[in-house]
Amino acid sequence: MATRKSNTLKLKFDSARNLAPAPESKSAAKIEPRYDLFINGKFEKPLSKKYFSTINPATEEKLSEVADANAADVNKAVVAARTAYDKVWKKMPAKERAKYIYRIARIMQERAREFAVVETLDGGKPIRESRDFDIPTAANHFFYYAGWADKLEYAFPNRTAKPLGVAGQIIPWNFPLLMAAWKIAPALATGNTVVLKPAETTPLTALKLAEIIQEADLPPGVVNIITGAGATGAALVNHPDINKIAFTGSTAVGKMIQHAIAGTNKKATLELGGKAANIIFDDAPLDQAVEGVINGIFFNQGHVCCAGSRLYVQESVFKEVIRKLKDRMETLIVGDPLDKNTDIGAINSRQQLDIINNYLKIGKQEGADMYQSSCNLPRKGFFCKPTIFTNVAQSNRIAQEEIFGPVLAIQSFRTDDEVIEKANNTPFGLSAGIWTDKGSKIFNLSSKMRAGVVWANSFNKFDPSSPFGGYKESGYGREGGLHGLSGYVNLV
Amino acid sequence: MIVTKNIPDFTASPHIDQVGVEERASRFTKRSIKNETKINGLKLALNMIDLTTLEGKDTDGKVKQLCYKALHLHDAYPGLPTVAAICVYPSMVKVAKQALGDSGVKVASVATAFPSGQAPRDIKLRDTKFAVANGADEVDMVISRGKFLSGEYNFVFDEIAAVKEACGSARLKVILETGELGSYDKVRRASDIAMYAGADFIKTSTGKISPAATMPVTLVMLEAIRDFYYKTGKRIAMKPAGGISKSKLALHYLVMLNEVLGEAWMNNEWFRFGASSLANDILMQLMKQRTGVYQSANYFSID
Repeated sequence: MATRKSNTLKLKFDSARNLAPAPESKSAAKIEPRYDLFINGKFEKPLSKKYFSTINPATEEKLSEVADANAADVNKAVVAARTAYDKVWKKMPAKERAKYIYRIARIMQERAREFAVVETLDGGKPIRESRDFDIPTAANHFFYYAGWADKLEYAFPNRTAKPLGVAGQIIPWNFPLLMAAWKIAPALATGNTVVLKPAETTPLTALKLAEIIQEADLPPGVVNIITGAGATGAALVNHPDINKIAFTGSTAVGKMIQHAIAGTNKKATLELGGKAANIIFDDAPLDQAVEGVINGIFFNQGHVCCAGSRLYVQESVFKEVIRKLKDRMETLIVGDPLDKNTDIGAINSRQQLDIINNYLKIGKQEGADMYQSSCNLPRKGFFCKPTIFTNVAQSNRIAQEEIFGPVLAIQSFRTDDEVIEKANNTPFGLSAGIWTDKGSKIFNLSSKMRAGVVWANSFNKFDPSSPFGGYKESGYGREGGLHGLSGYVNLV
Repeated sequence: MIVTKNIPDFTASPHIDQVGVEERASRFTKRSIKNETKINGLKLALNMIDLTTLEGKDTDGKVKQLCYKALHLHDAYPGLPTVAAICVYPSMVKVAKQALGDSGVKVASVATAFPSGQAPRDIKLRDTKFAVANGADEVDMVISRGKFLSGEYNFVFDEIAAVKEACGSARLKVILETGELGSYDKVRRASDIAMYAGADFIKTSTGKISPAATMPVTLVMLEAIRDFYYKTGKRIAMKPAGGISKSKLALHYLVMLNEVLGEAWMNNEWFRFGASSLANDILMQLMKQRTGVYQSANYFSID
């Protein structure tokens, strides 16, 4: 049989996307119609007397309303945290602190299903991810840091680790509960008390976490959870009795925080944006690399600060990789986040959807070739098709700026040196991925990548014992692992 | 028949990352298959089965009973499909062929000194020709794993090509016996050799070696089929065999097939399950879907 032209061949995947609905039951989620501020171990009405709604981004229906904390509310929370620190938490033996943290972890495991459903309803992420990743990893963080609480002398040999005091923590909307765990667990383990502000579009799991904290019988004021938008966050950052700011979010806000705390004694760790390079060499296991690219950019709708949003493919395998990538994209199921088969859920908010759509427009105007999978989107809610751009140059905005959506900018490269230079040619430096069958190449590249995390033949892998953080405008400080403790202690 | 003039260098077959391929395979098992998708999937799986008996103690009587089962899987459930084929030793082909008549259910015969393949080539070819002459529609050959593992890829290639020639119009399934190959890289290489040498199907296992078919191994082979299709335009069929005895696992395989090769492969011309006990588990599930309750195993015939 003669060799046929491969460019005319096309596989069909429509039936792979059309499975009977398999929705997770909403009844697992108990959501109150209204949430107050969690201060001093109790839910208290806001002094601001104001509330705002939080919606389900997949249906645009209101889920609940939460308090909008003003500066007076923030002050109340900080005072509660300071009192708890001075009177109870810093005096408590580390072993006893650990017991409370273990208790939080265990209750979170017991209520995992409920938390997964709430996370998916409030944030739009697929239930498969909240069930298999967000909630279990959050619980693991509490388990992990509970273990460190009474072993700090081994974490910092020959030094004494003293807590900082009150930590103000501001977290983003992409991994609401997990980011709360990343922040709260090491702070408590090292003997600090906490005022945490979740993002305004995804406050519910943090408020459910407040229920866990009540259930775990933590001393009042050790953990305070206040809700609100940017103004609430600013009040927290500027409060004079805060010893430490831990922030995860955009680079723009990170810069504002740095301005605000300049000249004060406040410590900070910032985990900001990214534009990670995912690099495929011609000797890579291509099918697994393509899967890694899919996980790198379409995990959590691309709302991941370490998302592999720039793909570099060696020219000799460029066409093959693009073909495999397109075939794989055809099998991605986009839709109802509560359906157990959904791969890509809802974009977190209308505002974020507008930002993403604007970048799609920019990409086309810049002359790049856009390809989207042929899936259908639900009529209601905020959705975006998985998208790749080819024919992209390093000077394109879609290759330079963080889009924070399911949008991948693909470029080709020829040599190792060229791709190292291109990958590092960004103001960000959070993560990178390298795909090759050759171990020596992995060591060479990973030592030259200016990125906090470099994954080899994998992407978006997380573990509580592994530190995470950025270079350059991706922030500073590390969270997770042994390194995550040092952001919350003074060593004497 | 050699399918392309451009025979590649098989030592340069693509490499497979073990962690990555196993993770991808497990992702298919996260799909939740419900309601009409489940019923359609179960019926399709039933229709893809090569109902197999490959025992030293096989007799005409046993094979006839199995053939009746192939045509009447569970008469209490009207409208069920038949299985795709009956798979037997060459000496049983004639009996099976007579029993199945013009029902459309194929007769597949193992050949080439199954299961070890440790015999001279002329004996393997005679074995094949005997099966075909007795009416086998399909031949399941084994590759020479010893030669493959000692790097004699040309030997393996030539042998498959020779058996293919001996098959005439019968479709050739090439059993790689992946449980003896030792790595995914080798599975991929053996798949490439078999396809370029003229295989119509590539098949994981004889069922005599553990592990038999696994999802990651099958995934590696499906990806090899896809790459071959894009290179040559020729479709190759896939048959995982051994170790698939539960409907749920069969559905996972179908999800995998659908997501790797797409709709065109979702029928028994392009995919088979080599299994003996899978059929009854599927029947049990289908009856459960219809009646809402599980029935005892005693209600399902055990041929």
